[in-house]
Amino acid sequence: MNDLIKVEGLRTHFFTDEGVVKAVDGVEFSIPMGKTVCVVGESGSGKSMTGRSILNMIPYPGRVLEGAVHWRPNGAAPIDLLSLDPKGRAIRAIRGKDIALISQEPMAALSPVHTIGNQMVETIRMHLGLSKSEARQRAVEMLDKVGIPRPADRLDSYAFELSGGMRQRVCIALAVACEPKLLIADEPTTALDVTTQANILDLFRQLRDDMGVSILFITHDLGVVAEIADEVVVMYLGQVVEQGPVRQIFHDPLHPYTRALLGSVPRLSRNRKERLATIHGMVPSPFERPSGCLFHPRCDVAESGLCDRVMPALTRTPTGRAVRCVKAEASHE
Amino acid sequence: MTEAAIDRPGDAPAGEKKSVAVSGQWRLIWLRFRRHKLAFWSGVIVIAIYLVAAFSDFLAPTTANHYAAQYTYAPPQRVKLFGQDAQGQRHLFYVNDYVVTVDSIALTRNFEVDESAVIGLGFFVKGEPYRLWGLVPMERRLFGPKEAGQPFYLFGADRLGRDVFSRTVHGTRVSMSIGLIGVAISLALGILLGGISGLLGGWVDEVIQRTIEFLKAIPTIPLWMGLAAAIPLNIQPLIVYFWITVILSLIGWTDIARIVRGRFLALKTEDFVTAARLDGCGQQRIIWRHMVPSFMSHLIASTTLAIPAMILAETALSFLGIGLRPPVVSWGVLLKESQSILAVSNAPWLFLPGLAVIIAVLSLNFLGDGLRDAADPYGR
Amino acid sequence: MLTYILRRILFMVPITLAISLVTFIIIQLPPGDFVTALSAQMSENNEQIDPATLEALRQRYGFDQPMIVQYWKWITNIVLYGDFGQSFEWNRPVSDLIWERLGLTLVVSFATLIFVWVLAFPIGIYSAVRQYSWGDYIATFFGFIGLAVPNFLLALVLMYFTSRYMGANVGGLFSADYVNADWSWGRIVDLMNHLWVPVIVLGTGGTAALIRVMRANLLDELQKPYVEMARARGLSETWLLLKYPVRVALNPFISTLGWILPTLVSGAVVTAIVLSLPTSGPLLLNALFAQDMYLAGSFILLLSILTLIGTLISDLLLAWLDPRIRYD
Repeated sequence: MNDLIKVEGLRTHFFTDEGVVKAVDGVEFSIPMGKTVCVVGESGSGKSMTGRSILNMIPYPGRVLEGAVHWRPNGAAPIDLLSLDPKGRAIRAIRGKDIALISQEPMAALSPVHTIGNQMVETIRMHLGLSKSEARQRAVEMLDKVGIPRPADRLDSYAFELSGGMRQRVCIALAVACEPKLLIADEPTTALDVTTQANILDLFRQLRDDMGVSILFITHDLGVVAEIADEVVVMYLGQVVEQGPVRQIFHDPLHPYTRALLGSVPRLSRNRKERLATIHGMVPSPFERPSGCLFHPRCDVAESGLCDRVMPALTRTPTGRAVRCVKAEASHE
Repeated sequence: MTEAAIDRPGDAPAGEKKSVAVSGQWRLIWLRFRRHKLAFWSGVIVIAIYLVAAFSDFLAPTTANHYAAQYTYAPPQRVKLFGQDAQGQRHLFYVNDYVVTVDSIALTRNFEVDESAVIGLGFFVKGEPYRLWGLVPMERRLFGPKEAGQPFYLFGADRLGRDVFSRTVHGTRVSMSIGLIGVAISLALGILLGGISGLLGGWVDEVIQRTIEFLKAIPTIPLWMGLAAAIPLNIQPLIVYFWITVILSLIGWTDIARIVRGRFLALKTEDFVTAARLDGCGQQRIIWRHMVPSFMSHLIASTTLAIPAMILAETALSFLGIGLRPPVVSWGVLLKESQSILAVSNAPWLFLPGLAVIIAVLSLNFLGDGLRDAADPYGR
Repeated sequence: MLTYILRRILFMVPITLAISLVTFIIIQLPPGDFVTALSAQMSENNEQIDPATLEALRQRYGFDQPMIVQYWKWITNIVLYGDFGQSFEWNRPVSDLIWERLGLTLVVSFATLIFVWVLAFPIGIYSAVRQYSWGDYIATFFGFIGLAVPNFLLALVLMYFTSRYMGANVGGLFSADYVNADWSWGRIVDLMNHLWVPVIVLGTGGTAALIRVMRANLLDELQKPYVEMARARGLSETWLLLKYPVRVALNPFISTLGWILPTLVSGAVVTAIVLSLPTSGPLLLNALFAQDMYLAGSFILLLSILTLIGTLISDLLLAWLDPRIRYD
């Protein structure tokens, strides 16, 4: 039991004018110390909001209804982050220091009118209580660490003077500046071109090895998952549908959705004439969630009378995996 | 943070609300607009105001310039639904007559309400004959005193004993239409010049842009004052009206031109325009079928927001005496009556036409805001 | 930055010239000239004027020359000697008449600008941060009312109420004792006592507009990822709000200086006439009626230049505040 963080029964809903959006609706997983957990899902599967819920940072009109996020940084008694006041001192001391967030859009994640140094020094001084010059020194070290050339000069640059890849490196430097224990990376490579993507992934691996940081990596790109994950959590419409070690998920997917996702990835080994499979149908509207299993309208093996009636529970298998599918249970018994 | 399930509902395509997805742009705008209650009801009020403008002859109890010297500065009467007169006779829907005493020293008239004297009101009563829209000869009016000629001053009377309410109703026509026509001229100029500017680019664009910048640099009111003062005093009211409209739209077109130009520039490089071009659409077809519809809704919203500015400008100019002049009746002309503080402290009801201005401007603003929100595909 | 400023200032020259030309044309537009207006006025008062005298007047003022020559004389005198010509009606040099009034116009406009900013800034922030709260609805409601009420109507209503319930006459900028007095501490205090009425009247519309601008900008900025990222770094709500989104939303706010100044100057003209302020408005209106062309023309020209300078200042402030513009 060396879990750094444990998410239990998390339900985060958005109360919009059009109706209630169940962005996160029953999510549980844990992140072991020093490991990388990937949360995979299509747009709208609630994976970003899962990350925000951990930081207790849900934008209006959203609210965490239920659940707990047990935070155990050093083996002491766990703190439930969700029980803290979202604007209070306690959670703010954790944000940016112990748990850091890296966003999807490096373009917009930095203030357009402040220098990079300004934002880095501010964060470092707040959390580590260093003097201005010490903080500046540390900021330069961090920029150097994430591979930014001439870091001392860059400190006085504005975000718009840098390229996308450089900006993402700055964001990462900013995130790891206070040596966090957990890094929540929300699609950090999505907005970048392929070469830059690979570089940034390398950087993540290097940080994990050097600093021993755990990473919650949110992505929709299975290729990225294969590169970086230890554990995989597959989400669909706000629910965890399958979870397990990366090898097993890739080689022996239990949930039809995971299988379908894997089927839609192009592979070199595959026969050239074979068509790339797609998942038929569309992600349903957040206001018209299907009855029963949420995936059944798009599922190949759905059984009418069963799958459209009963919502399957997330069931643990003896091998440390979990799956939310009636058919999968049947086939495994 | 474009992820999450909340992601604009419009994004998660298909499945969601099929009826909406297949309905065209205008229907989408309408659906969104309907939800915006304030804007919707403001729209209803705006339509009502324009209906008043259209049928003002019929709606006003008297003609615009009907005067009665004995009722100079008579205060507003209250309409009562039930009551009795001195004889104990019951009445429905009436006002009380005045008792007038003349102060021989100050030479003013003092009005007291005479609770016992009843002036019965009715619908579709006969009044002074008039011609609806200058064409249809009519006598009946929507409501008024049953016996023509009896005093009926809902909003009180002005210095000539004219009915302020009737004059406000009559003023609706000029004040509201000046905004509409002014905006129409601005719109025509704006689309034409903004379109040319955006489509042609080069030196034409440069000239038009510099002109706009130049026009914007001149403070509007002094400019309008200068131009309005140039309108000769002795020409026909209709021509004055025309010139005032033109002067007001002189500035108005610049904003619209900027929007149109900006849109054309942005659209030029849009994929759907490139696609249309590759499909072999002609320039004209691309402009009218593909580009213009994509910003028309936005333009309508901006236009709606430009009308109240015109109404306010007309009011200000007429108030200063360099806009419309009597015998034309507009809200600004009416408010000119309230210019002297002396008149107003005796007859504060002369402010009432201002209420019409405020209601009109407010509802047009709300309507425009609602339209803009509804027309913006990325709006919240 | 320096080249930017120089470029902007150079750019003002042709625009100012164009404005002066257009101004001249506008004030020449009415049929007839000051002499015609004068003789019309005199015959209204049953006074006769000798046609020869009229002709002599015309010649003296140079009305018999083509317009372009008149324009040339006017503009060269302004540029070379700072001579704005002679006011026919007052029979005094225009510059004598204009400066004090223009100065007071500037005082009123500037005081209003401060009033508008001081009020609109916090209310706008509050309105955006507490979107859809009661305070927001109230601010929005008053904002719309402020936009919809014509300045002069507000001035009249305010005058009506103060004269009726406070027994004070709020017209003018000075009490009778100080109207013609030299500048002194007492006169300044007296000015302040009168200034609040035009400032409220003129400021209401601008405040309303700026609250809406600030609210809309800030709402846009609050949604941006950098705000969320600042929150995720553990900054306190107030600090991150003021340091990041408010700072960015400030830029459009500053650029409103460019248009709020012309609106203030314009509004001041109408309001001044109602409140009989000794600013440029009433004098300009009279000059236009009397076809006192050098006086009217100089006023329009100077008000336009004032506007240009306002726009310039706002652009420079913006460039100073926003590195994205500065580095362009």
